[in-house]
Order: sequence, then structure tokens, then C-alpha cells
Amino acid sequence: MEGPKIYGYLFGMPITQTLVNTWIIMVMILVVCAILTKNMQKRPGKAQVIAETIVTVMDGLVGQTMGKDKMKFAPWMLALIMFLAFANTAGIYGLRSPTADLNCTVGLALMTFFMTQFFGLKSKGLGGYLKGFLEPMPFLLPINIIGEFANPVSLSFRLFGNLLGGGIIMALLYSALAGLYFFPIVIPVPFHFYFDIFSGLLQSFIFTMLSMVFISGAMD
Amino acid sequence: MIGDANIVDFLLQFLGQFDGIDVIKAFSAIGAGTAMIAGVGPGIGQGFAAGKGAEAVGIRPDSQSDIIRTMLLGAAVAETTGIYGLIVALILLFANPFMG
Repeated sequence: MEGPKIYGYLFGMPITQTLVNTWIIMVMILVVCAILTKNMQKRPGKAQVIAETIVTVMDGLVGQTMGKDKMKFAPWMLALIMFLAFANTAGIYGLRSPTADLNCTVGLALMTFFMTQFFGLKSKGLGGYLKGFLEPMPFLLPINIIGEFANPVSLSFRLFGNLLGGGIIMALLYSALAGLYFFPIVIPVPFHFYFDIFSGLLQSFIFTMLSMVFISGAMD
Repeated sequence: MIGDANIVDFLLQFLGQFDGIDVIKAFSAIGAGTAMIAGVGPGIGQGFAAGKGAEAVGIRPDSQSDIIRTMLLGAAVAETTGIYGLIVALILLFANPFMG
């Protein structure tokens, strides 16, 4: 698997494959949202039922994981899991997955990191926030600070490593199959199912769950 | 040839007959393979988590969804060290810092 290609430069900023694929995925999510929420009625049609189910399931998950008092995070978490679900499964429709680029995953993990710090500071106040670093013992302060910075690193590397590892195994498989006389179409199907669909959706779920756990853990 | 000479000297002499870049490539490949031994830990950890999860579902089948969610979260956290090993192996293979 190759790294993301650079298509060109805009004001000195490289326009990479990751960026372009992210735009494609944004358009896809917008189209899906537009189709599902078109012509909303009091008595829902088929599309509206799907949209309502997605929102209800995500609301339930946020309520159960973060607590009923933090329901304001539900839209953000739904947006995050939607983007990750589309981005991680991009391998099936032939795009290079944007989350197989460290720039993208570090960006997402830093958003979680800054939200964790900001909402922790906001809900506990400056004193409580700083006191949290001295628990359970004051001499553990350096360990606590390192632990705080290890969260975004492990979040981003987990997503990146899983997606890139899956992509490399798929690329190796395709290069092995290309040597055969017939190109078998059947053999890659279970691998695509595992690496793109199962692993991708599981990783997007895990990223969102861990974000929820970190943010709600910092707040109470 | 080995005789009274030091084994380290012999090894360095042996490696000295190759091009430096080739030696770096060979040792990077060995290092990448060795780094993936890190995969053992998450395998044991995730298997343990899955076993405990199956036990818990057996005891309380009615709270299966909660158990599976918690188990997946724990398995994901246990996976982190294995992913670090994978990243080291990938860096050694594809973005080797020793080859300039």
C-alpha cells in the first residue's frame, strides 16, 4: 500500500489523496443525510424511520455511556461515528481510506483531547482540574501528565495502525493473486468483509466509545 | 579463521564485506519481524477478555449487549501495544529512518 499521493499545492499547502477522499466522503454523508431527511412527516416514511433509528440508537449509547446529563454531546458523537464509518469502509468502494493517514487520525484524536481538557476544566473549575493531576498521590503528577498526553497518541495510532495494517494485507493479497493465471474474484471477498467492513466499523465504534469515555471521565 | 579472534570482531569483519545499505536493510527486516513479537501480548489479553466476556454472558444472558460493549472497549485498549509494535515494524520496512 502506497502513501497518500499529493495532487497539487494550494497556497503552499499540499492537496493530498487523504484530503480529496475526505471531501468525497463529506459529499457522500451530505447526500445520505439529504436523502434520509427529505420530506419529513409526522407519520414517518421508510427513509425517515432509518434516520430516526440511527439518531435514537446513538442517543441511547451516549446516554448510557456518558450519563443523561451529557446528552449535548450526542450530535458530535454521531457526526464522528458517521465520518469514521464511511472513512474506514472506503476500501470497498475503491478509495484509499483517509483514516489510513496519520494526519487524519491525529487530527481527530486532538479534537477529542482538546474537548477532554476543555470540558474537564469547565465542569470542575480550575482548582478541581489541577487537583485531578495530584490524585491519588501528589508524587504521581508526572505520570498523570504523561498519561493525559498518551491518550491522543494511543487513540490515533490505534485507528491508523488498524486501517493501514488492513490495507497492507489487502495489497499483499492482491499482489499475490495477480501472479495467478486466472484472477480469482472470490478469494478477496472474505478479506474485504473482515478488514474493511468488520474491522472498520468496529474501529469507528471503538474510537467514538473511547472519546465518550474520556470526555465523560474528565467531567465527573 | 575464528580461532583465537574475538567473535564480535569476526562478525564485524563478515559484515564489512557487504555494502552498508544492504546490512541496514537486512537488519531492518529482522527488526521488523522481531517487533511483531509484540502481537503475542494483545493476543493473550484479548483472548482473556473474550473468555471472561463469554463467562459473563453465560451467567447473565439478559445483559449481553452491555457485556459485549465493555468487552470490545477493553479489547481495543489491550490492542494498543500490539499496534505500537506494528507501527515500529511498518516504519522499519517503509519509512526507515536509518537509510536517510
